[in-house]
Amino acid sequence: MMKHPPEGIDQGRRALLGVAVGVTTAVVAPGLVLHAAALPSAAPPGAQRSGPVTDRVRWGLLIDTSKCAEGCRACVDACDRENGLDLQTRPAGQSGRAWADQKAVWIRKVKLADDLTGRVTNLPMMCQHCEHPPCVDVCPTGASFKRADGIVLVDRHTCIGCRYCMMACPYQARSFIHEVTHDQLTRVPRGKGCVESCNLCVSRRDQGAPSTACADACADAGHHAIVFGDLKDPRSAISQALTGLPNRQLREDLELNTGVRYAGV
Amino acid sequence: MARTLISAVLAALALVGALAAQVVLAGDAQGYVKAGSRAAAHGACVEPTQYMRRHHMDLIQHQRDATVYQGIRGTRHSLAGCIDCHVGPGSDGHPVAVNAEHQFCRSCHEFAAVKVNCFDCHDGVPKGGPLSESAQSALDAATQQGRGRGNADGSVRSAREGQGQ
Amino acid sequence: MKRIVYREWRIPPARYWGILGILAAVVGLGGLAALYLEHEGHWVTGMSNSVVWGVPHVFAVFLILAASGAINVASVGTVFNKGAYLPLGRLSGLLAVALLIGGLLILVLDLGRPDRLLVAMTHYNFRSIFAWNIYLYTGFVVLVIAYLWSMADRMGAPFKQSIGVLAFVWRLALTTATGSIFGFLVARQAFDTAFLAPMFVIMSLAYGLAIFLLVLIFSCAQDARPIGDLLLQRLKNLLGVFVAAVLYFTLVYYLTKLYGAKNYDLVGWVLLRGGIYSFTAWVGWVLLGTLVPLGIIWHPVLGRDRRWIVAACALVILGGFAALYVILIGSQVYPLQIFPGHTVVASGVVDGLRAGVAHYHPSVPEVLLGLGGVAVALVITAVGVRVLQFLPESLADPEASAPVGSGALRRFSIDEISPG
Ligand code: SF4
Ligand code: SF4
Repeated sequence: MMKHPPEGIDQGRRALLGVAVGVTTAVVAPGLVLHAAALPSAAPPGAQRSGPVTDRVRWGLLIDTSKCAEGCRACVDACDRENGLDLQTRPAGQSGRAWADQKAVWIRKVKLADDLTGRVTNLPMMCQHCEHPPCVDVCPTGASFKRADGIVLVDRHTCIGCRYCMMACPYQARSFIHEVTHDQLTRVPRGKGCVESCNLCVSRRDQGAPSTACADACADAGHHAIVFGDLKDPRSAISQALTGLPNRQLREDLELNTGVRYAGV
Repeated sequence: MARTLISAVLAALALVGALAAQVVLAGDAQGYVKAGSRAAAHGACVEPTQYMRRHHMDLIQHQRDATVYQGIRGTRHSLAGCIDCHVGPGSDGHPVAVNAEHQFCRSCHEFAAVKVNCFDCHDGVPKGGPLSESAQSALDAATQQGRGRGNADGSVRSAREGQGQ
Repeated sequence: MKRIVYREWRIPPARYWGILGILAAVVGLGGLAALYLEHEGHWVTGMSNSVVWGVPHVFAVFLILAASGAINVASVGTVFNKGAYLPLGRLSGLLAVALLIGGLLILVLDLGRPDRLLVAMTHYNFRSIFAWNIYLYTGFVVLVIAYLWSMADRMGAPFKQSIGVLAFVWRLALTTATGSIFGFLVARQAFDTAFLAPMFVIMSLAYGLAIFLLVLIFSCAQDARPIGDLLLQRLKNLLGVFVAAVLYFTLVYYLTKLYGAKNYDLVGWVLLRGGIYSFTAWVGWVLLGTLVPLGIIWHPVLGRDRRWIVAACALVILGGFAALYVILIGSQVYPLQIFPGHTVVASGVVDGLRAGVAHYHPSVPEVLLGLGGVAVALVITAVGVRVLQFLPESLADPEASAPVGSGALRRFSIDEISPG
């Protein structure tokens, strides 16, 4: 093991990243130079983040409901596996129906019928990563917070489990952990008595992975209904798709400026 | 008179007690590191042992806030790093949680009579890695693409390599 | 003016300890329920990701409202200078503190992480009404204790008026803020209205006074202390006004909700199609909790009968629980309207965002937790009146009391013998 050079590793990493960025920008395209200069800490794919997240990016999702298939649960299953939600066990003695409403759900499939035309729409719903999140406004301890890059998440270390955020969320996106947890994944610690919700695969973000589990799974299943990306980068896939496709926020009357957008509802 | 005597005796007792505790702590700590864990193979922790004994919680908490609020994920001072290194094998060879009885965290914390809250949420054995398999392969593909575009020196490290410190 | 003599509650020890024993048993059960909840997690309750606040919150909100209502009697005495209410000030203050502590205890013990109370005290998000409430509640307790001191101690007398006014303003702020906890929830149709805050103030007046009357009548009857008919008439008429005001506010609340067309469905559901919630609204809240007690209070004969007045108070309290049950839980059970103009046909395979209303069945532990909080409030009150001088010796009407002179000479005032 290394002998504690307190700054050594970080400095090493920073230097390494600098080289990486330099090499990439020099070799690839002039367009990227600007981009990289403007986004010093938007790490290139594959790099673990070394500096704090900045607000030069804002992560978001676009759901194209016309591509979302009925009966498909690929995104839900992928989310469960990614975040260890498939490891939840129903407490002995709890009825299945009660448990269904108590277990944590970060993403869910919803099937809608238009009241007039009867047209059926399928879509996944998760935390909408509001720019003005009501959950953050109401949280008494500040445990609910919005990261600089637009991801809304719960600091499980300061959450007291009052569930006020769940009352405030217009999308019923949050879950309360109702039972003692076991066998959590290292990348997703979770424990009884705190609130949690979709965090746009925050550990993937910090490790430099390109997308979210749900978006990857949807693409792998051949549907491509979920696009993930940086809303602030006009050249990102999601920004391009957003300009090409009529889309809207759910409950736009609340003016929360959500980071998740829907096309075709 | 009597009072000064009593205070002197009390002070002396306290001193002896404190010294004894130090000695016991120093002696026992060696025994807390589990045979078969990666920590046992290393001569030193990420910081000097004496420092870690007193301040590991500050380091972990500092890293915790950096990770939660700023997205900085180093394992050097992270709880995940501690668990990774200190988890020891059970008789069946499977890892035993660091907070299980007689294991590294638990035995020392029991001795010091300090409650640990970490394991309310964190599991005591490493599981799943910093990235899921699907994320890793997506990442590898992206890195490959990056290389394909001329970043051939491989200077962009994959996340998994980044964890190996 | 007639000197008011306060005395400790002097019921026979056997009865006192009997009462205390029963209350302590309920407190104990509540404590066990809290431990069970803390150990197992909230899956042992009926609460879920859809109905996140359940029966404990109904109890807690009720007690907190009643607390700020109970102090009202003292306010009427000092702030508005109604001499007849002056002797009731101390009991009113004690009850306010007791009810508030009971309510807060429930709230805290229902937290997912009650062990992190310290976090709640050290991390504040000042945008959160909830965080403000923590200040308002503790401030209220401190103020009321100061108020009690100013009422009981000579040295405090000069401050009585100003502390009284402050306490009055504070309690208005407190109830408004409690109402705002819900009123600011834009996400929930039933809550999204600033109207909830004033409505909660009115409710607090009614429920606080009802509890105050019950405690007053009970404790005086146990100790054979007279309560003048005139005083009781005043109090019960006041209760009538408050209950009628709640009814009025309820009507306006639903009518203003109806004004926005998008809420037709919600109001229709609560009032007609909501099953147990419609039943609770009509039978519990409106009929038993409002109309029947109003009938009793304003009935020429029944309204003069103490037992009927007690019944009216009990019904008002019952109605309060029913009202809060409908407001708090009914509004969570009713689905969020995320897709206007669409019907949610199905949602997931097994999860929350339901096609239709959610289910909530309160479990035994959460009910016990709520009752435990009520019992804590009553224990504080019982012990308080027993060991300190909260209750006036006599509340007989001025005409009926013994002529000043003989009586006042024989009994010396407590104020005189105990300055502290
Ligand atoms: S969708 Fe809900 S949980 Fe997510 S940021 Fe908005 S209010 Fe918060
Ligand atoms: S449950 Fe946790 S995150 Fe939600 S409002 Fe309460 S303290 Fe904040």
